[in-house]
Amino acid sequence: MSPSAAEPERLPPDNYLADGHTLWSWLTTKDHKRIGVMFLGLTLFFFFMGGVFALALRIELLTPGRTIMGHLAYNRMFTLHGVTMVWLFMIPAIPSAFGNFLVPLMIGARDVAFPRLNLASVYLYVLGASIALWGMFEGGADTGWTFYTPYSTTTGTAVLPVLLGVFIIGFSTIVTGLNFIATVHTLRAPGLGWMKLPLFVWAVYGTAIIQVLATPVLGMVLLLVALERVVGAGIFDPARGGDPLLFQHLFWFYSHPAVYIMVLPSMGVISEAVSAFSRKNALSYRMIVYSTLGISFVGFFTWGHHMFASGQSTFGAGAFGAMSMLVAIFTAIKIFSWLGTLYRGSIAVEAPLIYTLGFMFFLFFGGMIGVAYATTSLNLHWHDTYSVVAHFHFIMVGATVMAFLAALHYWFPKMFGRTFPGKLANGAALLVIFGFIATFVPQFLLGNLGMPRRYADYPPHFQTLHVASTTGASLLAFGLLCIAGYLAWSLRYGAIAGDDPWGSEGFEWKSQSPPPTHNFPVTPEYPTGPHEYAPREAEVPHAA
Amino acid sequence: MNELLRRLFFLPEQGSTFAVKVDHLHYFLFLTTLVVATGIGVTGLTFLVRYHRGTAPTPTPRVVAPPWLEGLFIGVPLSFFLLWFVLGFRQYVWVSSPPRDALDVYVTGKQWMWKFTYPGGPSAIDTLVVPAGRPVRLLITSRDVIHSFYVPDFRMKRDAVPGRYTEIWFEAPKPGRHLVLCAEYCGLDHSQMRGEVVVLKPADFEAWRAAQLGGVPVAGLPGAATKPQPESMAVRGEHVAAAQGCLQCHTITGAPHIGPTWLGLYGRREPLEGGGVVLADEAYLTESMMDPLAKVVAGYVPVMPGYHGLLSAEDAGALVEFIKSLQPTRPGVTAAQEPAYVPIRR
Repeated sequence: MSPSAAEPERLPPDNYLADGHTLWSWLTTKDHKRIGVMFLGLTLFFFFMGGVFALALRIELLTPGRTIMGHLAYNRMFTLHGVTMVWLFMIPAIPSAFGNFLVPLMIGARDVAFPRLNLASVYLYVLGASIALWGMFEGGADTGWTFYTPYSTTTGTAVLPVLLGVFIIGFSTIVTGLNFIATVHTLRAPGLGWMKLPLFVWAVYGTAIIQVLATPVLGMVLLLVALERVVGAGIFDPARGGDPLLFQHLFWFYSHPAVYIMVLPSMGVISEAVSAFSRKNALSYRMIVYSTLGISFVGFFTWGHHMFASGQSTFGAGAFGAMSMLVAIFTAIKIFSWLGTLYRGSIAVEAPLIYTLGFMFFLFFGGMIGVAYATTSLNLHWHDTYSVVAHFHFIMVGATVMAFLAALHYWFPKMFGRTFPGKLANGAALLVIFGFIATFVPQFLLGNLGMPRRYADYPPHFQTLHVASTTGASLLAFGLLCIAGYLAWSLRYGAIAGDDPWGSEGFEWKSQSPPPTHNFPVTPEYPTGPHEYAPREAEVPHAA
Repeated sequence: MNELLRRLFFLPEQGSTFAVKVDHLHYFLFLTTLVVATGIGVTGLTFLVRYHRGTAPTPTPRVVAPPWLEGLFIGVPLSFFLLWFVLGFRQYVWVSSPPRDALDVYVTGKQWMWKFTYPGGPSAIDTLVVPAGRPVRLLITSRDVIHSFYVPDFRMKRDAVPGRYTEIWFEAPKPGRHLVLCAEYCGLDHSQMRGEVVVLKPADFEAWRAAQLGGVPVAGLPGAATKPQPESMAVRGEHVAAAQGCLQCHTITGAPHIGPTWLGLYGRREPLEGGGVVLADEAYLTESMMDPLAKVVAGYVPVMPGYHGLLSAEDAGALVEFIKSLQPTRPGVTAAQEPAYVPIRR
């Protein structure tokens, strides 16, 4: 990390972290920054838990037959892994942690529109997470995170508490989304027009739309499953005139857009990081904005691509396939724009940039597997195999986790006012990227070979690739532990960063680092858009 | 070339006409992906080296994509995506529209086995016997939760959904054996819900079917003695097993179910619930029929009813002989010769 010119000795005394040191001051805070930090801590904890579950699964899969656990334990373990990673880590990770911390800073506001509601979202999340986890350890649902009926309505395991927990977490998501929409609409600083907003704010805004529109459907469908279990409502039971596929339609109506809840904010992070570390404006700001909104919108009409093998109508499969291709276009546009942003830049090889490059590559590769699924015919082989597991891990780990790590490193000085050991961070970033490749490329090949997902046991010809994947997973886990180690160390012993250690022209750096409780003593001015590094006269003539 | 790419992408054998079609689209799409991915990687790394920042940041120009470049970013991927979609969806429509002359087979998924029923003919557990070179339409349903009938060698799967029939068809060009897997998570033994498609030469298939319709089991299979044999004890035992419902809990395929599998049971040393080991000989097998709770095999719930007074001595003996005949595959024995089906008499 490049040291700033004059290194200050201590953190600025009026920062938000110094505004009350008691536990009570944190539990009752309405400061968006503290709420963001609390979400960061909570999601990191669940990321760790989900990672431990993942390793347990990988160890079981080292050999065919029983390695360390039986079938029931395995089935519970992958459910635990899925539920933890999706609802307790991925969905809140970037929007609730970094979104809360950064959106008001990026738009020159003192807080979000509804600070008390914001605090409530933390408590809803903790309540939901506690109930879900209690259920998981008490009876242990074995349905997978997808809760497909009629299995979920008939299995003897503790599905109800998990449903209830996820239902409550859904409210936390909705509240966060509402808050962001209101904040971006009403609290932008004077002079900060829509087309000058940082791309991260656009990404969080696009995410918020999905959170508000899609999450209620999840709540509804979970309630219906609960009704079916408790009173035998017959909604999904063909013996009573119900339809098991109805569940899949409702579930994916939420859960496909939910993929974009997990990915859109990460795209926002990359848009910021790629500009900051190459000192360049976005190659095409407007294309990124329109494709963000495009993904939010079209993402609602692609859910049926999870059901190509389910026996839905051939016409339906075609329509959903074609819509899915459109979503892929929006993503392709973004990848080209980020890549083009590097052109003629002044590129600093720091950890966030390394993660950004990894992100672009993995998002492209994972996205292309998605394009292959959208051809419909190729999906018939890959559906519900390890190919799908690899595909969504390329997107969720290869893209979202890389972006999460990029965000963590890029904004660490903003949040805590300290820097981290740069060389160590770069090494860990490479380790994480190689670990990722070694984990998930074998899984992709397993899918080609025909290995179905959610298999506690498998025919022996799949073993070699499983061993390779487990080896990669260990490497990945080691890399992540290294990061946890040096970041924890840096929280206390890292060098004081100064206000803008990266020399970034992102709007969030207009405030002090770490910011004071009310962000800006004087509302800053916004003469240009974010990340304008070039002197005005250097402008290229064909500028938009 | 086909063979080389198939191995490069770790694809299994191409067991159906659909597999060949769909693999070509696979190659087209993934070779393009690899080329573009390499392009992105090389471009990214080139920029990284070329525009690497020294000690101090250098001034950078303001570059904004001109509209033609934006058009290119949208147009090029869109054309590729639409081309692939058109190619792929044609195949999807093709595989979803069975030809009229297809042979129908009903497929029923059940936790955790596959049952194949031929209209007006025999039914089989976990082994689907089909003729080569003829389209076969599968009418798939489930008796409990959702399963998915998946044959990797055929590159296709279709969900078995309770309360409705889904359909798919395939044509296997040459005789062979192909693994059947359940691809939709269906509970405890999801990963054990495996079976096999046995593709026979058309003549062998007809012989097999005729034998099935005549109720001639095991020995009447192609490759074995072709002459129907008089009913042996083992054959009688098989009928008894079907009539008494033994096979609802005991499989003959090697898969553990509610009770231990019968495949290879005879002569095996079984660990007992509460410790100890028992040799599964004639005595133990008979005792387990009459007083099942006396010695329960470890890992199974003691739910079997006693058959004392319900089974005649001859029938019990026939059952023991039937179990003795169920030995796992030995090298050189084809699947079709294994007793892997349950003929049902009308």
